[in-house]
Amino acid sequence: MYNEKVMEAFSNPKNVGEIENPDGFGKVGNASCGDIMQITLRIENDVITDAKFKTFGCAAAIATSSTATEMVKGMTIDEALKLTNSRVVEELEGLPPQKIHCSVLAEEAIKAAIEDYRSKKK
Amino acid sequence: MNRIYFDHAATTPLDKRVLEKMTPYFCEMAGNANSQHYFGREAMKAVDEARDKIATLIGAKPSEIYFTSGGTEADNWALRGAAAAYGKKGKHFIISKIEHAAMLSTAADLEKQGFEFTYLDVDERGMISTKQLEKSIRPDTVFIGIMFANNEVGTIQPIQKAAEIAKKHGIPFFTDAVQAMGTLEINVKELGIDMMSFSAHKFYGPKGIGALYVRNGLTLGRLITGGHQERTKRGGTTNVPGVVGFAAALEIACAEMEENRKYVTRLRDKFISRVEKEIPYVKLNGHRTKRLPANADFSFEYIEGESILFSLDLAGIAVSSGSACSSGSLEPSHVLLAMGVDEALAHGSIRFTFGKHNTMDEVNYTVDKLKETVARLRKMSPLFAELKGEIKNV
Repeated sequence: MYNEKVMEAFSNPKNVGEIENPDGFGKVGNASCGDIMQITLRIENDVITDAKFKTFGCAAAIATSSTATEMVKGMTIDEALKLTNSRVVEELEGLPPQKIHCSVLAEEAIKAAIEDYRSKKK
Repeated sequence: MNRIYFDHAATTPLDKRVLEKMTPYFCEMAGNANSQHYFGREAMKAVDEARDKIATLIGAKPSEIYFTSGGTEADNWALRGAAAAYGKKGKHFIISKIEHAAMLSTAADLEKQGFEFTYLDVDERGMISTKQLEKSIRPDTVFIGIMFANNEVGTIQPIQKAAEIAKKHGIPFFTDAVQAMGTLEINVKELGIDMMSFSAHKFYGPKGIGALYVRNGLTLGRLITGGHQERTKRGGTTNVPGVVGFAAALEIACAEMEENRKYVTRLRDKFISRVEKEIPYVKLNGHRTKRLPANADFSFEYIEGESILFSLDLAGIAVSSGSACSSGSLEPSHVLLAMGVDEALAHGSIRFTFGKHNTMDEVNYTVDKLKETVARLRKMSPLFAELKGEIKNV
């Protein structure tokens, strides 16, 4: 059901962990639905210099967390806000239809982390 | 890669002795059992012999065995057949909340047609209450159906007692014995069962063949209409090699039942004790003793089942996840929810079902891999991180 790229991202995920005192913190989903994604960002001069994730969820949720955090590193926050779930799916060369919501979760987690950063800046 | 198969509740590999018995009926003896010529007569002879064997092994008469395409068809037939035959007398059915989807989704269909269903609760170990069963009976109850043993958590139900209650009230009693057949001794007459579904591929027989036992004297509407097969009750060309394999598999399963049960129980118990000892924050789902010998179903706290499944698959170990994420819906297992298992915990459940070809080395290797997997996924889990500080040595 999963392609090799998804399985690779799932079995050797990048950016696992948590940045201490992050500039941006986002956590979406809930345990009763079976997935929670937490993303922490280091942001310097509105550029994302580091991103880490912790995810409770299926193989697709872990793979999209890894890929999305990898993609936003080096982006400005404006660029990162434009990152859509379908770009993440594209990067993974596709997900089964019932797993698309995992990529939506990744998009939402990144947005939440950037919102957090902006609200703290104010 | 060495592959380990721990998903025997999903299906079992065909026993090679069974295959040998089936082989002639694919090519040399490939007649239609309904044909009148030599080839047809030979096929019918094989079908009759198989029916006799199966009937004897479950304590029934040959005329009480109807071959089907498997367990799902037999479940459908029992429910829809009862609805057709008894619908005028009453519209009320009683089944349990933890039935297989073959029962539950058929029940949902019948509800749309105006039938009423009572779904019996189960306790935290997955056991129905015969008291609740008796209390649920109404004057218009026409069907009681309780699965013999649950496919996910392995809990063995009080079938004899449930059948007694049904009989006392004059209501036909059905059991889905798909998971239990070949593993537990089942005698329909001694247990007082009126209808029973079972399927060959769960006990090292072929896929695509099963049966519905219907006690003589009980009327049941038809599900599949067609020719004169199965005494006009179920149309369709008889699956002769399937039927032959079905009987051969059940014969072997019954002859070797005690030995296999002991062997598989030993593997299973070793697995359970090692997991409980070596992996923190796990919960064994189901009943400790009234449990299918092959079944170990665990919830692993703070992680999700499908990610455990695929991690083990990458290590060459095949298991099954009760987590719905793998089946496409976001709902966790209806069985675990009925047992009152917390939703998050239900998402983290994995079923290990052992078989006669497995070895203790495979069990030990799997526990080792499972430990690594659980630790790796917990390290990734935000739920587990919340507990950090309280926990050491995960």
